Amino acid sequence: MICAGTGCVANGSLKVKDAFDKELVARNLQNEIKVVLTGCNGFCAKGPVIVVYPEDIFYQQVRPEDVSHLVEEHFIKGRPVQKFLYTPPAKKDAIPVMNEIPFFKHQVLRALRNRSLIDAEKIEEYIARDGYMAAVKALTEMTPEQIVAEMKRSGLRGRGGAGFLTGLKWELCLKVKGDIKYILCNGDEGDPGAFMDRSVMEADPHSVLEGMIIAAKAIDAHYGYIYVRAEYPLAVHRLQLAIDQAKERGLLGKDILGTGFDLDIEIYQGAGAFVCGEETALMASIEGLRGMPRPKPPFPVYKGLFQRPSVLNNVETFANVPPIILHGADWHASLGTEKSKGTKVFALSGALNNIGLVEVPMGIPLKTIIYDIGGGIKGNRKFKAVQMGGPSGGCIPESLIDTPVDYENITKTGAIMGSGGMVVMDETTCMPAMAKFFLEFTEDESCGKCVPCRIGNKTLLTILERITNGEGREGDIDLLLQLSQQVKDASLCGLGQTSPNPILTTIKYFRDEYEAHIHEKRCPARVCTPLVKFKVNEEKCKKCGLCYKNCPVGAITWEKGKVASIDLEKCTKCKTCIKNCRFWAID
Amino acid sequence: MAKLTIADLKKIKEEYHANQQLREGGFTAKITVHMGTCGIAAGARGIMDAILDELNKSGRKDVAITTSGCAGLCSKEPMLTIERTGEAPVKYIALTPDKARKIFTEHVMGGNAVKEYALVVGHETTY
Amino acid sequence: MSCASPCTTPKQVAIPADDGITPEMYRKIDVIVAAHKDKPGSLIPVLQKSQEVCGYLPHSVQRHIAKGMKISPSVVFGVATFYSFFTLVPRGKHVIRVCLGTACYVKRSEEIIDKLKGELGIKVGEITQDGKYSLEAVRCLGACGLAPVVVVGQDTYGDVAATKVMEIVKKYE
Ligand SMILES: Cc1cc2nc3c(=O)[nH]c(=O)nc-3n(C[C@H](O)[C@H](O)[C@H](O)COP(=O)(O)O)c2cc1C
Ligand code: FES
Repeated sequence: MICAGTGCVANGSLKVKDAFDKELVARNLQNEIKVVLTGCNGFCAKGPVIVVYPEDIFYQQVRPEDVSHLVEEHFIKGRPVQKFLYTPPAKKDAIPVMNEIPFFKHQVLRALRNRSLIDAEKIEEYIARDGYMAAVKALTEMTPEQIVAEMKRSGLRGRGGAGFLTGLKWELCLKVKGDIKYILCNGDEGDPGAFMDRSVMEADPHSVLEGMIIAAKAIDAHYGYIYVRAEYPLAVHRLQLAIDQAKERGLLGKDILGTGFDLDIEIYQGAGAFVCGEETALMASIEGLRGMPRPKPPFPVYKGLFQRPSVLNNVETFANVPPIILHGADWHASLGTEKSKGTKVFALSGALNNIGLVEVPMGIPLKTIIYDIGGGIKGNRKFKAVQMGGPSGGCIPESLIDTPVDYENITKTGAIMGSGGMVVMDETTCMPAMAKFFLEFTEDESCGKCVPCRIGNKTLLTILERITNGEGREGDIDLLLQLSQQVKDASLCGLGQTSPNPILTTIKYFRDEYEAHIHEKRCPARVCTPLVKFKVNEEKCKKCGLCYKNCPVGAITWEKGKVASIDLEKCTKCKTCIKNCRFWAID
Repeated sequence: MAKLTIADLKKIKEEYHANQQLREGGFTAKITVHMGTCGIAAGARGIMDAILDELNKSGRKDVAITTSGCAGLCSKEPMLTIERTGEAPVKYIALTPDKARKIFTEHVMGGNAVKEYALVVGHETTY
Repeated sequence: MSCASPCTTPKQVAIPADDGITPEMYRKIDVIVAAHKDKPGSLIPVLQKSQEVCGYLPHSVQRHIAKGMKISPSVVFGVATFYSFFTLVPRGKHVIRVCLGTACYVKRSEEIIDKLKGELGIKVGEITQDGKYSLEAVRCLGACGLAPVVVVGQDTYGDVAATKVMEIVKKYE
């Protein structure tokens, strides 16, 4: 096992692994001895650290040129090599190491490779961690065709939502003739509950720039824009600094690094419209117009910004590019599943113990993300569903928690991979209300250009509103299903084509909740206020008095050993009692 | 600032590499305060001020203080990482200015990690 | 945002007769317009900077910009009403923004909005009579780790309870 923690990688552990792989093949031992990369053991100062199992022998500071000798002595002659032997100090304190904490153990940082290691405002720190080396390689050693071929072989798919093959997109654009082409970066990140791109732009802005330089070379573009949403002032600030520094040092602008290649990049700040994340709308917005999508084709690779051939990629997609060029397509494809290669960054939020940004290999079970990395559900509540893909996505229920996370399998559940937001919900979330929430969002953000999206979503919302208000009618579920399908089929852009997904998945997996709302006028999660009776259920009440103690208006009477009761005259329906009751005893 | 050539770029890389490893940079410890949007909202600036204040009071010149973006565990912000020469880095979570001062005194100056506030030692996996 | 056709009458909002735009502000806008005029696609940056100067974009300012950039006022109006970043009504001294993104919604940020609406006696997008506060709903500030999130002015507050939100607001006078 070879440590692949940042510290050991910086000390050359990947080169040691390559040396091992070669050496073992040369000696025909590759089937007996497996070389595995592992997470950090905490002995970073002695890196690269290698552990040999089953003997549990630690080697330290191994260089690639030592590998041959080590294999000869240890694996063939069976003698541990004294020179590199290392005895880990007995644990003097109990601070756990990365490998012992599930939150870190399952993560592999590629797009986020520099997280918490570099100062985003200092270009030197980025350079020190192989920064701009991939750009050098692409500009000096590779033709556009070679870059495209490498990207295609790596299998990298766009991280912005749809998962289109990045190499293919570049190839299409490369083949288009045109004197002016544009390279564009999508930092609009409109999905609520997603903050991956923000973090990349804030923590590692140069990786985005480097990815764009490589892409620009591949499609022969000399001008680029980064579209960042207005809500991210810090990201804009750091990107601007990065651009200025890169320009000053000749990494952007005319004649980059003396290679004769020109590229200028400018930031364009959005002004608060979700639909501007859609590619044609984004381009309209940069042109200074209302951000309304237009029908495709023509696709942007043929006619994009200012009617010129353009490639638009997501922030995380670009951040993935430099290491692929540097380490090769096979390296990228070494993680992930057959059709989804590499790693994906997810923004975990909602009812979890650990909330944050995680990067995991594709294909990891959803369960691992939620229970191991996310640390399970907060406050001993029960897991209900995880929402993926924002307003275009859907809810995945507990029964599908073993689903491997990759593009195909997530799509099968009815949700989408989306850009990487994962909002986890516990039993206190009402599913019809959740669907209503997303429809409010799409209704608000629909640009209004096409009728199915503008009117259809509005109508869907009206139906959901009446269901959550206790006025649902027989047949409403079928009506929702039917109308959803029509909106999906008939809308102009990705917004309307996906906006009914939250409804469709919640009906698919939580139909009983819709039925309870419509037929029994009951909200099982006690969220929809008009359906909550604020009456204590005497059978369920455990007489603990928590509701009484927490009521802010004194509407509850309770005595030790007696069932509580709520005075509806005084009650303001703030639901504090419901939140505090552990037994679901308030109807 | 002069424009770089490819050779310059490689030189910067080598020099900084040494520096980041602390060995030749003349520093014995590096403190990284994680300042992304969520860190700042959770109070990272207060942590930064406390650390700078302690550093001033101590008069030490061999301690480097720097910032970086989000460390990934938003629900445990504010966080900081302390790396002493020859030792694995330690990440601290859910800090207050007082906790930060204590960490400065005991870990940075005294060399003993403050167990109660520490989350983890080591580097994250990056291959 | 939900209306597409540029021809409809805007929502009637009571704008004070004196819109508070000073000649000094117009001069600043002229400088901004002059700097951007010749570049394609610069209307949005011009509006952003003008809003920084004036605090909001009343019709008089929109018309002024249209004239300066030699475009139709309806284009300016269309863009200004399309993007939620632009406001056609003045904002309060302190802008209270409550996040209604998914993560915050799951943590019941709706209850925070309801509470504020009740306490301040205004709807989302309105301003209190004394001009002190205005209330806005936003979709995800990218600080979901701290959900539910409320921003007052430049300060972000995480983990806000509906019952405690007025304590925060009262700190801003
Ligand atoms: C309504 C809508 C919103 C979108 N929002 C975003 C977004 O916020 N960020 C993003 O990167 N892509 C977004 N997309 C996807 C883009 O249209 C586009 O596919 C993507 O940026 C391409 O980059 P990729 O190939 O690297 O994924 C959105 C699409 C639609 C239909
Ligand atoms: S959902 Fe509120 S900050 Fe993201």
